[in-house]
Amino acid sequence: MAAPAAIRRLDALPIILVFGLLLLLFMATAPNVFLAPNIYTTFLSTLPPLILLAMGLTFVIGAGEIDLSFPSVLAFSGFVFAILFKEYQLGWLAFLIGLLSGVLVGWINGLLVARLGIPSFIATLGTQFFWAGMATVLSGGKSYALRGAEDSSVWGWLVGRFQFGGDDYAWFNQISIQALWTALIVATLWLILNRHRFGEHVLFIGDSNDVAQVVGIDVAKEKIRLFTLMGGLAALAAILLTLENKNYFGNQGQGYLLLAIAAVLIGGTSIFGGRATILGSLFGCFIVMVIETGLVASGLEGSWVRTVQGLVFLVAIIFYLFVDEPQRRAALWQKLAIGGSARPQP
Amino acid sequence: MSTGDVVAGSGAAGYQHIVRLADVQKYFGAVQALKNINLAIGRNEIVGLIGDNGAGKSTLIKTLTGVLKPSAGRIFIREEEVDLDDYSVHMAHKLAIQTVFQDKSLGEKQPLWRNFFVGRQITNRLGFIDIKQEKAIAEEILKKAIGFRGAGITVESTVKQLSGGERQGIAIGRAMHFKADLIILDEPTVALAVKEVRKVLDFVRRIKTQGHACIYIEHNLAHVHEVADRLVVLDRGEIVAEVRPEDMTVPELTEYLIDLQQSH
Ligand SMILES: Nc1ncnc2c1ncn2[C@@H]1O[C@H](COP(=O)(O)OP(=O)(O)OP(=O)(O)O)[C@@H](O)[C@H]1O
Ligand SMILES: [Mg+2]
Repeated sequence: MAAPAAIRRLDALPIILVFGLLLLLFMATAPNVFLAPNIYTTFLSTLPPLILLAMGLTFVIGAGEIDLSFPSVLAFSGFVFAILFKEYQLGWLAFLIGLLSGVLVGWINGLLVARLGIPSFIATLGTQFFWAGMATVLSGGKSYALRGAEDSSVWGWLVGRFQFGGDDYAWFNQISIQALWTALIVATLWLILNRHRFGEHVLFIGDSNDVAQVVGIDVAKEKIRLFTLMGGLAALAAILLTLENKNYFGNQGQGYLLLAIAAVLIGGTSIFGGRATILGSLFGCFIVMVIETGLVASGLEGSWVRTVQGLVFLVAIIFYLFVDEPQRRAALWQKLAIGGSARPQP
Repeated sequence: MSTGDVVAGSGAAGYQHIVRLADVQKYFGAVQALKNINLAIGRNEIVGLIGDNGAGKSTLIKTLTGVLKPSAGRIFIREEEVDLDDYSVHMAHKLAIQTVFQDKSLGEKQPLWRNFFVGRQITNRLGFIDIKQEKAIAEEILKKAIGFRGAGITVESTVKQLSGGERQGIAIGRAMHFKADLIILDEPTVALAVKEVRKVLDFVRRIKTQGHACIYIEHNLAHVHEVADRLVVLDRGEIVAEVRPEDMTVPELTEYLIDLQQSH
């Protein structure tokens, strides 16, 4: 029992190592891309939406629930923001209303799950269709180009670049501001998951709804908060995505479903709930993104990317399954006959 | 109970019964698990609750402690009626009612220190947990808790790693730590070895000498008979008898319960 606290703190270590190895691998197979600084500053502007989604999902999955509706929030809240920003020139108000639209979607998810008792898988599948449909209907399938957006303070503050003078700062000025906002949010959510009452409640709910209720947690209330948080983060992701692209298009949420869920599960948050790691999810996002870029840069056909990502995802799930459930691991070792005896059994 | 019976005094001290159930009913769908429950627990009384498997004992205490909402009836705590729409485990805790539930009441994947405080964490104004303090207190509870012989278990251990007896010890230790005027124990000795059972019984007696109340659910009649002031017999959701231990020996009580079962 030497220093279990230290072991707990190193929870995300394996995933960080995997990321490091992948990075080295791609530096070898695609040096012209991965040894240049360009790719990393690009990551800083393309990763934030994925990270924000993964952060919310870390809480949702940690609580033993799932949210499948966030791709529709990327579309719906992106649309709400885009039209108010472009057609109505509402500036920061467009940002606020866009954000609230996602909060509303999340809150409704929460009500469906916590108050009506619909399994989150079904409830959010339903709302996914509903809000994606709403976005298409309201936008008439149009996309909105936000030309000239970079002159607005909304753009400057949310997705701009630093404007320090002089060549000394050239590298620094490449950092997109959304990366800093995202880092701030990640740090805050880390604190909330690990140090705040809400985070503890989320993990106990994920462990068992019955236990959570018996120890005095208002399970329904916390679940509503949980989905509302997810909705808010998805809306922020939608706005950042729309601003960064300077364009809203109806299927901008496509592809994020697998990526975000995969990032969280690769990171080590338990599919069974009760265990969640913010740091793991962060590196899960890095891995997902690096694989995507790395495979293409290494000369693999783009169509292979999803296949490989799916494979990595499955391998990770199986790996954690055995870590999570010692009896399965023991059974496997026995089958492989490599001495389950040396392993401590609970 | 008329108010004339209430012990003289003011505020929280001025009550005779720590809790009272009036005509409480509980349905699970069409199944009636509790029928017309009228039960009052004195402020310094140990009440043994006995009855067959499925008689409704756990349901009764879950209703009493805000886990389950009664289908009908009223609950009084310290002679004050509880608003049942508002009643919850959290509120029962605040009203100094502590429960050791029969089935799982610990988060399996969570460390022990979190299990001690979850639902009533030591936090700052913003809700952030004082981890250092919680761990220090958890360490203390662990040292005193029932069922541990110091075998490699720390506050960082997860519940998963514990044996049945150790789990029970943790649940009891948790109930002992928080301020309690009423402690409810639902089959606390089930997973415990003989020596540990003694400790639980001593703990129940101490509740009495410290002036508090206890509801003690137990299948082992010798155990309840030994510590209870009064035994309440539950059968198919109904209270069918009340027995004073001094009026009936353990064999007589056993005989009575067997007869009751056979009348089904
Ligand atoms: N959540 C529930 N849903 C449906 N039925 C339930 C539920 N909880 C209990 N019951 C039923 O209510 C009845 C009383 O159960 P309860 O757990 O209160 O019995 P008990 O007296 O505690 O039994 P034991 O001594 O075995 O613990 C049983 O018939 C049980 O099947
Ligand atoms: Mg029971």
